[in-house]
Amino acid sequence: MFSRQRTHIRNNTAESNLFTRRAIIAFFGVCVLVGILLINLYNIQVNSHESYQTRANGNRIKLIPTPPNRGVIFDRNGVILAENRPVHSLELVAEQIKDIKKTVASIAEIIALSEEAKQRFFKSVKAQRRFKSVVLKSRLTAEEVAKISVQLHRLPGVKIEARLKRYYPFGESLTHVMGYVGRITRKEQQAIIDKEQEAIYAATRDIGKQGIEKYYQELLHGKPGYKEVEVNNRGRIFRVLNEQLPEHGQDLYLNIDINIQQKAYEALAGRRGSVVALDPNNGAVLAMVSSPSYDPNLFVHGISSKEYKKLLSPDKPLINRATQGAYPPASTIKQLMALVALEENIVTEHTSIDDPGWYQLPNVKRKFKDHLAWGHGKVDVYKAMAKSCDTYFYDIAYRLGIDKISSFMYQFGFGEYTGVDIHEEKSAIMPSRGWKRARHNQPWYVGDTISLGIGQSYWTATPLQLAKSTAIVATSGEVFTPQILGASQGELGLLQIPADDSQPVVLKQHKHWRIAQKGMWDVVNDPGGTAYNVFKSANYVSAGKTGTAQVIGMAEDEEYDETKIAERHRDNAMYVGYAPYINPEIAVSVTIENAGGGGSNAAPIAKIIFDEYMNNRTLSFDNKLTTVNQQVEQINGQQ
Amino acid sequence: MGNNNSNHGYARPKSLANKIHIDVPLLCGLLALMVISMVVIYGASGQSERMIERQTIHIGLSLFIMFIVAQCPPSTMRRWAFPVFAIGVVLLVFTLLFGHVGKGAQRWIDFHFFKFQPSEVMKLILPIVVAHYITRYALPPKLKHVAIGFIIVLIPTLLIAKQPDLGTSILIASSGIFALFLAGMSWRIITALGVAVSAFIPVLWYFLMHDYQRRRVLTFLNPESDPLNSGYHIIQSKIAIGSGGIFGKGWLNGTQSQLEFLPERHTDFIFSVLSEEFGLVGVIGLLSVYLFVISRGLYIAAKAQDAFARILAGAITLTFFVYVFVNIGMVSGLLPVVGVPLPLISYGGTSMISLMIGFGIIMSIHTHRKFNK
Repeated sequence: MFSRQRTHIRNNTAESNLFTRRAIIAFFGVCVLVGILLINLYNIQVNSHESYQTRANGNRIKLIPTPPNRGVIFDRNGVILAENRPVHSLELVAEQIKDIKKTVASIAEIIALSEEAKQRFFKSVKAQRRFKSVVLKSRLTAEEVAKISVQLHRLPGVKIEARLKRYYPFGESLTHVMGYVGRITRKEQQAIIDKEQEAIYAATRDIGKQGIEKYYQELLHGKPGYKEVEVNNRGRIFRVLNEQLPEHGQDLYLNIDINIQQKAYEALAGRRGSVVALDPNNGAVLAMVSSPSYDPNLFVHGISSKEYKKLLSPDKPLINRATQGAYPPASTIKQLMALVALEENIVTEHTSIDDPGWYQLPNVKRKFKDHLAWGHGKVDVYKAMAKSCDTYFYDIAYRLGIDKISSFMYQFGFGEYTGVDIHEEKSAIMPSRGWKRARHNQPWYVGDTISLGIGQSYWTATPLQLAKSTAIVATSGEVFTPQILGASQGELGLLQIPADDSQPVVLKQHKHWRIAQKGMWDVVNDPGGTAYNVFKSANYVSAGKTGTAQVIGMAEDEEYDETKIAERHRDNAMYVGYAPYINPEIAVSVTIENAGGGGSNAAPIAKIIFDEYMNNRTLSFDNKLTTVNQQVEQINGQQ
Repeated sequence: MGNNNSNHGYARPKSLANKIHIDVPLLCGLLALMVISMVVIYGASGQSERMIERQTIHIGLSLFIMFIVAQCPPSTMRRWAFPVFAIGVVLLVFTLLFGHVGKGAQRWIDFHFFKFQPSEVMKLILPIVVAHYITRYALPPKLKHVAIGFIIVLIPTLLIAKQPDLGTSILIASSGIFALFLAGMSWRIITALGVAVSAFIPVLWYFLMHDYQRRRVLTFLNPESDPLNSGYHIIQSKIAIGSGGIFGKGWLNGTQSQLEFLPERHTDFIFSVLSEEFGLVGVIGLLSVYLFVISRGLYIAAKAQDAFARILAGAITLTFFVYVFVNIGMVSGLLPVVGVPLPLISYGGTSMISLMIGFGIIMSIHTHRKFNK
């Protein structure tokens, strides 16, 4: 094998030298290449160190927003109306579980799991990001939480998460005032982005949808906190580096008195209607009920479509009748008609007319009927109000004319938003010549004016507007924006919301207020008054006005329903009033759709409200205390 | 064989190390690298004691094999070079035809009880074969012999590239080419080859490469263009290296590696872990150890008894450097990602054993010098 090699003449020294030269060159090459590596590494590690350092931190440090607790809502006496309750849900992290099916099966042995829930769970496990938990069962009962908790040690990757969810302890009696919170929709998310509030809502799942929850969303919401955490490449959190706690939302104290609210809701007993109670001295909304109602808690966890369909019934529980129901005010505005007539010198305190039971315009055949077919005989302003004489008001309306009526009524807030602090409100209609031209493209007819005298024709008002106008009469002209929110408790402490007073109604003769008020006193306290029988047992003195509206169907946007035509043709029962008569503290309006006469159907509810208020007022308003006897004396003295 | 007329070697009293055919300075360098390996792997594996255990076994086994190889005189290696090479080529062909597909490449032959990677054998045998072939004739080699030498190099290189295992084929090709270079291949041939290769690149790009291969090259040139897929590894690696700075984040404190942003942390990208935790200082330390091992290897080569031994020791040493250069170049973004481990540092038994066999050969060359006197 080596024989051929031996034939070559080899110069070992030369070969060795050749190798050494080549080896030196190679070593030089090695050094050059190492130099290149080092230069490159120097560039990366020293020159670009900061930028890579930033990127390394960007990899590992993530900011996780933590949601603020929503402010709690109380009534005026500190009763909780909306709170946050922990809702427990059973969640699994798929990556931490060896055999998911087996784990789910063993959970199913501990607590009840529906087949549907299991399927939904397995579906979302596939779609979920790694190391993020997936809900297997939400809204665990306390018993379920306990049962699972003791087994957790043998269920790695299974955990019970507690999230705060809104809860409304008074349920449906308060729904239309309170509103509710629900999942942020895509549209609401867009609105948040438009307002550049993404950072504030970063961790928030729910938002106010209606009522107070919506109107005061920003106060209630608070500010999110942030957790700076270190994560690995799969997003698993290793430790918390830094934490800024969230700032919880402001607590709200409403002017609502939950006792009055509940009494009113119970009194309506599911009938279609509304009750509003205001403090005439500052516009505080003491109660605002719309019936029928629904349970706001249904919406907090996402209402099922089956449940939601029920709410689309012809009774329209979703509508807030107190602010969105536009009803003909009917006779409940007769005291206001009397006021404008007195102001315009159409009548005086002593003027009387003769009521034959109908009213007829000169040279016109059509007769406007009084509700009393045989007439009230000789009627002055007091009797007209006490007995709700239609003919008297037909006459003054005709003599006043539309322009004077509508411009006077505007001062009492008719045809305008009251400005109450919820978004769900209608302005209803105070008709005028211009309005009819614009709306119906028709001139104003004299006949329209006459019906206006008894609060019919085109005139509509919301129960809140009626309560507000009643409050104005009760205080002889003071005007306040109705306010549901009484105070807020935030970082700055308790902040009382000041009463929002507007331009008062000033009459040419202040004594005309007394005439209107006395007329309303007669309604309740004169044995011939339309509400005398209802209030005769009361241990306080109130004033009021009944109303019975002739209708076909009711709330303005209500649909015509053939099956209920008989019931829906019945009159709306209405009542407005205030108490006590001297130094009034509460003004109410009661509206019940298709219930019949106002005196016998609506006035008793007003009495329930007054009873509730007057019998408990000494507890909270003893500074205003005056005995019934004192009041009676004062009234007698005036007469 | 007894007819060696080299006279410039002088007799020295034999030390114990020499008797057992161990070169102490080289062994120290290698042990230093192995210690570094354990330290970095412990961090890179998330303090996995199991991995440390296994790497200890790898190290022990490879040291043992190195020791065995060192006992074996160069002449024996020379005798077996061609037959083993022939078997290796046959196995490579066999692998291509019937091999086990792992990670998208056919590299393994499955013998049921163990998997065998013929390219590893080829890595060891090729420099021996080339050195053996080229030193049968007087040096510097003639064009004809250089050409045949190239053919010997190209056969396994192409077979392995076809698997495809670009990293190994580069290492194998370079070991053969280094042997030819150290043998004294003329500069004219080197220049001509250089020109030919540069001329070949456009042909390769436009006519021979697949779209996905071109895309991979483009990703290498600009990793940020594809940050989520193929560019992800290199970006995360550079972030790890760069964020280490001069002094590093400290042992076990590398966020890129501890939090698993860095891929292949304990194998191909272990250099990034070292750079992140020990900074530029650690990098310079590691490179110094490598340079020491390479210098020692080249020194042994220069002192070797005959041309075969010189060329073989030199080629093994330089190939060792190619490992270092390709791996570091790759994780720091200088070279495309081809899958070459960092020699003696990366976790894994196969590459460590084949590297240590190489160093066993070098030790054998150094310690068998005087035996033929």
